[in-house]
Amino acid sequence: MMHELVNRITRLGSFVRSNITGIGYATKMFITVIGRSIGLLKRFRLVSDQVFFLGNYSFVIIAVSGLFVGFVLGLQGYYTLNRYGSEQALGLLVALSLTRELGPVVTALLFAGRAGTSLTAEIGLMKAGEQLSAMEMMAVDPVARVIAPRFWAGVIAMPILAAIFSAVGIVGGYLVGVPLIGVDSGAFWSQMQGGVDVLNDVGNGVIKSVVFGIAVTFIALYQGYESKPTPEGVSLATTRTVVISSLAILALDFLLTAVMFST
Amino acid sequence: MSFAKGKLTAVMGGSGCGKTTVLRLLGGQVRANSGKVLFENEDISLLNNEGLIRIRRKMGMLFQFGALFTDMSVFENVAFPLREHTPLDEQTITDLVMLKLNAVGLRNARDLMPSQISGGMARRVAFARAVALDPPLIMYDEPFAGLDPIALGVTARLIKEMNNALGATSILVTHDVPETFAIADYVYFIANGKIAAEGTPTELMKSKDLFVRQFIDAQPDGPVPFHYPGKTLQDDFGITGATS
Repeated sequence: MMHELVNRITRLGSFVRSNITGIGYATKMFITVIGRSIGLLKRFRLVSDQVFFLGNYSFVIIAVSGLFVGFVLGLQGYYTLNRYGSEQALGLLVALSLTRELGPVVTALLFAGRAGTSLTAEIGLMKAGEQLSAMEMMAVDPVARVIAPRFWAGVIAMPILAAIFSAVGIVGGYLVGVPLIGVDSGAFWSQMQGGVDVLNDVGNGVIKSVVFGIAVTFIALYQGYESKPTPEGVSLATTRTVVISSLAILALDFLLTAVMFST
Repeated sequence: MSFAKGKLTAVMGGSGCGKTTVLRLLGGQVRANSGKVLFENEDISLLNNEGLIRIRRKMGMLFQFGALFTDMSVFENVAFPLREHTPLDEQTITDLVMLKLNAVGLRNARDLMPSQISGGMARRVAFARAVALDPPLIMYDEPFAGLDPIALGVTARLIKEMNNALGATSILVTHDVPETFAIADYVYFIANGKIAAEGTPTELMKSKDLFVRQFIDAQPDGPVPFHYPGKTLQDDFGITGATS
């Protein structure tokens, strides 16, 4: 009985300690990535190549998802607004929902699933194939040459993809609301134009997507870099990327929304 | 353990005995817990990141399976260290890469991707990449593992020729006896974390040391036991009073 209790406490202690150590390592890695990014200003091609790569990876899934989310918002929004005779505000509802909340959050979740996993697997396989060690032995810092360009590419790509998601979503909301349901086209666009504040609504959405971009890309790269160099290790790291990123996105979304509401 | 300048020294021993760790210590990828790892009178274990980068520019390393960058062509793999560390113009880089690839017989494979070449060819490309900057120290980690006899012979010849041509110090980590003894100037045998034997290939061939004999003659049992240590067969089968 006593032995079992001691064992449980030991396991708990080990779990807590390993997690604290993990957070410490991740923080150190984050600082290292930022510190070794200065050289990228001279070689921005490394970043732009990755922006193109990551953007291409995620573009189709984000555009299609945005369209369907816009369709659903159009239908659900009309259902609710119609109760109060405010269906003319459908454009405003769709635009605010997308720019303030759904655009950044859903894009980040999709980005984590598509580009994030691909980044983790790529870095993990580079590690397993000794490519990162080879780079080190060639006196080339893998953090500066491989990790940092991908990190900044993710941070740049996320707001662009979120903007595409929101834009396509608004088109989806329009297609359902105006041609299908019969909401007035002029009201749809004018309500949106008058009600959406560029700084507060669009700006907050952009801030969210940048923060999500930092979180998702860093988590994906860190998991790949710290993965065990085996097929199981890479597979586990890829799964962890999706789980940790998704939870981080939702938690950060709550925090950011709370801060933005209070200001 | 010391590696004479301009010579080809082999480090041999069974799998998992720490041969590759010797190379990782020299490259600064693993820090020594005790003792010193000296390269040009500098203790590698004490160097910071900048110091390691500086010293690694004088080293080339051939990894066991090549470790080619899979997103780059053969040409770009060999050009990588030149692009990273030299201010050379594109034409000069092209000329140097073609010379290196010509030396390993793969000039015409320059546009292929690593996924399109065989394991032996990948090893040769990695070889060209490792010597792209003509480093004074070249390390080879299991360069003969998994190669067919032709590729094996080609790789051994390249290592010897490159060592002679560049006058570089070469360290060869391997467990392939015939090929290594044919090209090495000096050999260390490692077992249980210690130097079990050392000497020139000729001296070692005449050695009466049990470990050296087991290794050279490829005996399954000896100082390195065939069975993993633990219970005896009699214990596992519950046989009492039986002789082994």
